[in-house]
Amino acid sequence: MKLSWWKLLCIVLLSYALIGGLLMEVPRKAILNETIRNIYFHVPMWFGMMAVCACSVYHSIAYLRKPGLLSDIRAVSYAEVGILYGALGLITGMIWANYTWGKPWSNDIKQILSAIALLIYAAYFVLRNSITDLDKRARVGAVYNIFAFAMLIPTLYVIPRMMESLHPGGQGNPGADPRDMDSRMHMIFWPAAVPGFIMLGIWISTLSIRFRKISDKNLLHA
Amino acid sequence: MRKFIVRFAFCFFFVITSLVLPAQQEVEMADTMRSNGKIYVVVAVLLVLFTGLFIYLIRIDRKISRLEKENKQ
Repeated sequence: MKLSWWKLLCIVLLSYALIGGLLMEVPRKAILNETIRNIYFHVPMWFGMMAVCACSVYHSIAYLRKPGLLSDIRAVSYAEVGILYGALGLITGMIWANYTWGKPWSNDIKQILSAIALLIYAAYFVLRNSITDLDKRARVGAVYNIFAFAMLIPTLYVIPRMMESLHPGGQGNPGADPRDMDSRMHMIFWPAAVPGFIMLGIWISTLSIRFRKISDKNLLHA
Repeated sequence: MRKFIVRFAFCFFFVITSLVLPAQQEVEMADTMRSNGKIYVVVAVLLVLFTGLFIYLIRIDRKISRLEKENKQ
């Protein structure tokens, strides 16, 4: 069976993140207990979303520079996986919050803003599907996609750092605080969990791109 | 393809039964699956889950590769 090296690497890294993430030692903390291990799975969803959305906006810009349906196919496929990752991140966060903060939705600033960011991305698909003309759809979609990606930066990065939040690391750089993660956790989080989930997202996107290239081949070669 | 599914189902069945059967014993033995607050059960569940997902992903990947080849001809 032929499988490219990075797909194998993705499987190996995610297996390591899964087994190591569940079985290796973690800091012992009240309230959090073993749920601190969720960091390996919940947080990489947001890293993955950012990575595939960056790929998506790259292809949207490529479309505006040199219009071609292939760029549009790439942009929409990456954005789809981005919104999937974001939704999964939001849901897993709500499950986690239910057992640590007491309820799934506490109107935490990061919860609200990530929901807003997802809605902005959802509008990308609404906008695209409301236009029947293929070229117009691709162009308007590309322009809106740039706006949606730009909105990720204030909603996920800037505003949460200015407000009180139930999430750790509010007064600084979340995730880089040694009180939240110690060196044992960094050994799984950075080398395995984050790149593993990013590669998985790109893998799924490329499958979707290849599928669309086959199903839309009449349009592509027209 | 059908052979593959049958083979996969067999493996899956044996993995599941080997995980489930020891849990029916009356006497609590010192087996790995029951130690550490049964965390290994969760590990097993997630491993089965991810294995299934990866097999599915790889199969779609191969199907699309085949379609691409057919389309080129």
